[in-house]
Amino acid sequence: MAVDTPSLGGVTVGTPNQESYLSHGRGILSWLFTLDHKRIAVMYLVAITSSFFLGGVFALLVRTELLTPGQTIMTADSYNKMFTLHGAVMIFLFIIPGIPAAIGNFVLPLMLGAKDVALPRLNLASFWCWMVGAVFALVSIIVGAVDTGWTFYTPYSTTTGTAVISMTMGVFILGFSSIFTGLNFIVTIHKMRPEGMTWFKMPLFLWGLYSTAIIQVLATPILGITLLLLVAERALGVGIFDPTLGGDPVLFQHFFWFYSHPAVYIMILPAMGIISELVSVFSGKHIFGYKFIAWSSIAIALLSFLVWGHHMFTSGQSGITNMIFSALTFTVAIPSGVKVFNWLATMYKGSIRLATPMLYVLSFLFLFAIGGLTGLFLGALSTDIHLHDTYFVVAHFHYVMFGGTVIAFLGGLHYWWPKMFGRMYSEKWGQVSALLVFVGFNLTFFTQFVMGSHGMPRRYYNYVEEFTTLHQASTIGSYILALGFFIMAGYLIHSLFRGKPAPANPWGSATLEWETSSPPVAHNFDHEFLAGDPYDLNSLRYDPAIEGWVRKDPQSIILAEGGAH
Amino acid sequence: MAAQHPDEGHDPNLAHHFESAQQQYQAAKLGMWLFLATEILFFGGLLVAYTVYRGNHPEVFIFGAHFLDTSLGALNTVVLIFSSFTIAWAVRAAQLKQIKLLKWLIIATMLCAFAFLSVKYVEYSAKWKHGLLWAGSYDPHVDHEEAYEIIGVEREIHTGEADIEIVEIEEIQQVGEGEIVEPIAAEIEIDAAPQVADPDRSTIAPAAQGPAGLAEPAAPVDPDAIPVEPGNAKVFFSIYFLMTGLHGIHVLGGIVAMLWLLKCLRRGDFDGGHFTKVDMVALYWHVVDIIWIYLFLLLYLID
Repeated sequence: MAVDTPSLGGVTVGTPNQESYLSHGRGILSWLFTLDHKRIAVMYLVAITSSFFLGGVFALLVRTELLTPGQTIMTADSYNKMFTLHGAVMIFLFIIPGIPAAIGNFVLPLMLGAKDVALPRLNLASFWCWMVGAVFALVSIIVGAVDTGWTFYTPYSTTTGTAVISMTMGVFILGFSSIFTGLNFIVTIHKMRPEGMTWFKMPLFLWGLYSTAIIQVLATPILGITLLLLVAERALGVGIFDPTLGGDPVLFQHFFWFYSHPAVYIMILPAMGIISELVSVFSGKHIFGYKFIAWSSIAIALLSFLVWGHHMFTSGQSGITNMIFSALTFTVAIPSGVKVFNWLATMYKGSIRLATPMLYVLSFLFLFAIGGLTGLFLGALSTDIHLHDTYFVVAHFHYVMFGGTVIAFLGGLHYWWPKMFGRMYSEKWGQVSALLVFVGFNLTFFTQFVMGSHGMPRRYYNYVEEFTTLHQASTIGSYILALGFFIMAGYLIHSLFRGKPAPANPWGSATLEWETSSPPVAHNFDHEFLAGDPYDLNSLRYDPAIEGWVRKDPQSIILAEGGAH
Repeated sequence: MAAQHPDEGHDPNLAHHFESAQQQYQAAKLGMWLFLATEILFFGGLLVAYTVYRGNHPEVFIFGAHFLDTSLGALNTVVLIFSSFTIAWAVRAAQLKQIKLLKWLIIATMLCAFAFLSVKYVEYSAKWKHGLLWAGSYDPHVDHEEAYEIIGVEREIHTGEADIEIVEIEEIQQVGEGEIVEPIAAEIEIDAAPQVADPDRSTIAPAAQGPAGLAEPAAPVDPDAIPVEPGNAKVFFSIYFLMTGLHGIHVLGGIVAMLWLLKCLRRGDFDGGHFTKVDMVALYWHVVDIIWIYLFLLLYLID
């Protein structure tokens, strides 16, 4: 069908050979044991959004407890568990696998014009590791939860009576899921790029995923061994982290942050990749400064390994160590700034379409700028002494992780939703919910910047009366945020059943994933590609008949008929 | 290969999403190397823990290493190096389609793996008997029923430091013939029991002085002073069991991988000279071997 129709795979499905991946194979087992990257991506999407919901419930409980000083709805012990579970579930079950495993898994092979990732069985193993790790985490929640904070600092984590072992074993197993995904992506990008797609003709989302994958492969093993040592410390008393045996509890912090600082770039780098795609498409312009954006991803990935000590400025590190880590931390701002300026330059004089994904891009630019710049406050030694362990840190972290990663995830989800499920969602409700998320988020967390700079410590159950107004504003903000998400869940689920069928290319994007039908056929493509510039938006024109975009010259990107094998 | 994709009609060893066997082989190889990098990093965490603890408490390591049996460790090193040779030869055999030879080489490698684990079992059970376990279960003692063996172990410890202790041990040997020798065992226990640590032994600066980076290197340890157990010598055994235990799990993983190779071999996967799987297992096995060589150096040969 590919050559004789100008639309190169519109919405035409039906012949057995052209069945979409959603209906190719039936029954629950055809999903659970599939090797198709698209189905694994969808399973991951369901899994991580469920985790997001769970983590969100914990967050709302925490915020509700903080409506008033003293006890509002739960005891102090339950409160400690709630914020720990919120952190652990959101970090390890949702945000780390989030963009790479759900969106990346779906999009990466399609962007390469490939039929699958290089190692499909490893991909399935990744998903199953995630499931097993999640079961461990759930067991931990059921048998008594964890109250250490998501960082599991020793010596408290080796002495508390809560279910630390099952939670850390869960996180250990989740680490394998992360390693497998990253490893798979590196191999796929190295070995399966189509003809003509040199490294600097890759879509920038792939650069984001590639640099993420480097961190996943190189940092996660350290978390694995750290958690094994923690489990061994608790179960056997091995003494590495136990000062009474000559061990060093601060060594745990070094180990933990040697992984977990790079891990925050596991969270943000793919988000930056999404923004790079969206900002070009919705500005109707070629991306500005391609090579700078690509290299800055790699630079962030490498620098990420050199800054872990900035989490430990008050742990008793030597002054010279602190200064070195502080200086290195500032250098991370350079590639981040390079990206932001290039995105702004891409928008400059563009014809910006304020569709839902673009609203998330604008939201991202605004929130990530605040989140990134407040990171410099915390990287500066003198101000950090004041701000350390206050709500300022919490607010900074959420501006980067929620305002950055989650917002970009939502932008990407809305952008690729038509490709994933072949349906358009309600644009109007999409915009309403994007606005609610933006307002709710800022109300929740901007107030926390203020509280933190006034000395409100993080993780406290109680607070002085003076903070009541700001705490209540923050809690109300979290309810608005929740409302935004419920609306989003409503119209997205509605679109699956009642949404308008999506054209192959609804947004006018030039990357290869839009060359297959929406949703894609099980084998992705009928032919091999001769890839060109992924941001050459002028090669497309709008076809009102199908309400989508088509290539002016469909033959220009086709290498050969791979056809019916 | 990919059972979910029925659209196959060609080389069963070529997955549907690859264009050529060459591309598939290179993908597998890159993936394997990346995986091995994660393995090295995984052990790297333990090596850092080792380095930090040894840097702060060198006397603990020099003391603890005396309890490891260097000849058994050396034997295991030879076994693993030999098995690396057999698995490397197996790759060659697979490339040349020498299926029968391939089978025997895989089996030989597996036997080496079992031999390694058996030796490890002997070592572990000696430690277990004498309570030389990780810190939480550390309880050095003489097992009464096994008095003879303990005497043997004790002798090895003090080899080269011919002095009072050996004399004592010989006395024990004569007295203890065939019966329980509680009082003398108790004497040994005193000999091996943890001394009350000298508060000045720790090289970690007191908190009041404020931290200033790594501790000063400890004064060179006088080898003659070794028989006095330093404080927290038990942590040496924690590190010993963590490192060798994790390595042992990897040896078990290697055995499973080789069983899988034998299954593939029976199925005829290698008949066409398709050697990728053998190659990947061999790479893994070499890494297991190399890690052991480092462990041997770092744990057994540090005196």
